[in-house]
Amino acid sequence: MSSLSSSLTKRRSRFPVGLYASLLPPLVWMTLLYFVPIALLVSYSVWRLEAFDIVQEFTLKNFQTIVFSSAYRTVIVRTIGTALGVTLIDVAIALPLGYFITRYGGRYRPLLTILVILPLWSSYLVRVFAWKIILGYNGVLNTALLSLGVLQQPSQIFLYNQFSTTLTFVHIWLPFMILPVITAFERLPKDLIEASADLNAPPWTTFRRVMLPLVTPGILAGSINVFSLTMGDFITPSLVGSPSGIMLGNVISSQFGVSYNWPLGAAFSLVVMLIVFSGLAIVVRQGALENL
Amino acid sequence: MGTSAGSHSNSLVYLESVSKIYPTTAGEFYAVQNVTLEVKPGEFFSLLGSSGSGKTTTLRLIGGFEIPEYGQVFIGGEDVTEHPPYRRDVHTVFQSYALFPHLTVAENIAYPLRIAGLSRSNIAPRVQEALRMFRIPELGDRRPSQLSGGQQQRVALARALISRPKVLLLDEPLSALDAKIREEVRQELRELQRQTNLTFIYVTHDQEEALALSDRIAVMHQGRVEQIGTPEDIYTRPESLFVAQFIGKANFLTGQVMQLDAEMAIVMVNGIAVKAVAPKQVPSPGDWVTLMIRPERLQVGQSVKADNQVTGKTASVTYIGQRIESNVDTSLGQLTVTQLGGSATMGQEDVTLTWTAHDCIVIPSPPSSPVSSV
Repeated sequence: MSSLSSSLTKRRSRFPVGLYASLLPPLVWMTLLYFVPIALLVSYSVWRLEAFDIVQEFTLKNFQTIVFSSAYRTVIVRTIGTALGVTLIDVAIALPLGYFITRYGGRYRPLLTILVILPLWSSYLVRVFAWKIILGYNGVLNTALLSLGVLQQPSQIFLYNQFSTTLTFVHIWLPFMILPVITAFERLPKDLIEASADLNAPPWTTFRRVMLPLVTPGILAGSINVFSLTMGDFITPSLVGSPSGIMLGNVISSQFGVSYNWPLGAAFSLVVMLIVFSGLAIVVRQGALENL
Repeated sequence: MGTSAGSHSNSLVYLESVSKIYPTTAGEFYAVQNVTLEVKPGEFFSLLGSSGSGKTTTLRLIGGFEIPEYGQVFIGGEDVTEHPPYRRDVHTVFQSYALFPHLTVAENIAYPLRIAGLSRSNIAPRVQEALRMFRIPELGDRRPSQLSGGQQQRVALARALISRPKVLLLDEPLSALDAKIREEVRQELRELQRQTNLTFIYVTHDQEEALALSDRIAVMHQGRVEQIGTPEDIYTRPESLFVAQFIGKANFLTGQVMQLDAEMAIVMVNGIAVKAVAPKQVPSPGDWVTLMIRPERLQVGQSVKADNQVTGKTASVTYIGQRIESNVDTSLGQLTVTQLGGSATMGQEDVTLTWTAHDCIVIPSPPSSPVSSV
């Protein structure tokens, strides 16, 4: 009798305690290390500094400073310009590389992929310093050009300028572009490429009409990586960049450091976040997150 | 025009002793070995074989996705052996359909026309016509991911046919469809081929499909062509034991050739003389051969027309709806008999089985061990 009645009663859906309990640790982690700091950042950005004391009163003065100071505007434009340039150059390198590794890599494909990400296993600082050693006055490049007789004396044009900053950024962030691009190429079904050739499309047409549209999410995912990494960086410009070529990251680090103006630094941080999130929003609308 | 294509001027696709070799750790693997075949214009030609028989590789050699190590490939009399796929007037319907996911149905169908450089105003009406012809006029704006398997198959066909290639290659196009619409699409495919009068080369592992659709079939096994012929040839006059065993059910008897002329052979099986049709490759008296008799060609009961007769006892009867299958123990061994309709009349009593010499096929190479049935 009891088994009959129980089989007729609808089983009550129980509250999934275990599921929610398992979400608790990451939630605590995110709250403490992500949401709380951002909330603090937002509060600091609307406070102000008065005689080395932070006054906790609402003001938009910091944002006014950023918008109306031509020096800061130049830094913002330079930072966005550098980040966009680095992203475009990395796309230009990653696309052919991803194409050739996946198409012609054969059994060396895993090895080639590892070679691409190998630099990530070394310290970021080491990679930036490597460029200092290569491009410097007594560096590898100058030594080589001297011994080849191209130069009569070492040149200073290679280091401490926009060129060396961009070059270093392009190199150190390249793995973050190549990985999603290679993944996108690998996911590309081989029969689509064969079908395109079968319908009489020569290789370049197949690349343009079939491969490129289908790897675009990977390119966009990589672009967001490289763009946001460049936007927030302050070490590369200070190590290999020109003193007059500072970027937003340098401004923020100095506001939180030697300048001791946390409210202004917080406001700058929010500006960087705003720019990165706008970029992200554009890219997400193109469907890039599927490949991240 | 290719040099050696002269003698095959009426063939549209001609493979001349092609071999495709893959290196393996153990040495070389012949995916296709010394295959020669010709396909005539307007023909529905099937490559039939189990997986690993080389049928798909043969198709890929015609499509240009593989280049043979030996031999030559001719299309329309031209040697295209080393031409890439985009320089061959051959289109493929892939097993996976390979529809471009980022394009709509209409854009997919328009793809070959765009590649050919046609203007948009020329393309649009042709795409509309193709959509109507394949009875999917309402699907033009959909993405392939929003289509059913059958619809995707139509789009793949429309895309492959819209620029009217000389030859259409089809790689198991029905295998992804469920059984119900499979037969329906099979009929449509045959009608389409007749209407358009295009040449179809069709790869399948399904013998029924190949028999129902094809003008001619090449049965492939281990990279080689076992036999090329009409469905009737293949079914009623298999030239090798493999073909006889692969297509349909059959009784196999092992015997020794006693007497032989141009048409008839007399073969001794377990001391009984059996009259059979002589094979193309004529064995000599004394040779061991295999005889094949289809179960539906065995008659139950006496018959004046029959050349052969044997008596036996019914061992088992299986009722399979429209037909009845019985196993009969005879002095030749156990024979399987198929009868259409009626009720299972054969009990344990003695039965007489008869068959004509015409229905008894001599297959030259005997098996290493005698095969008795099915």
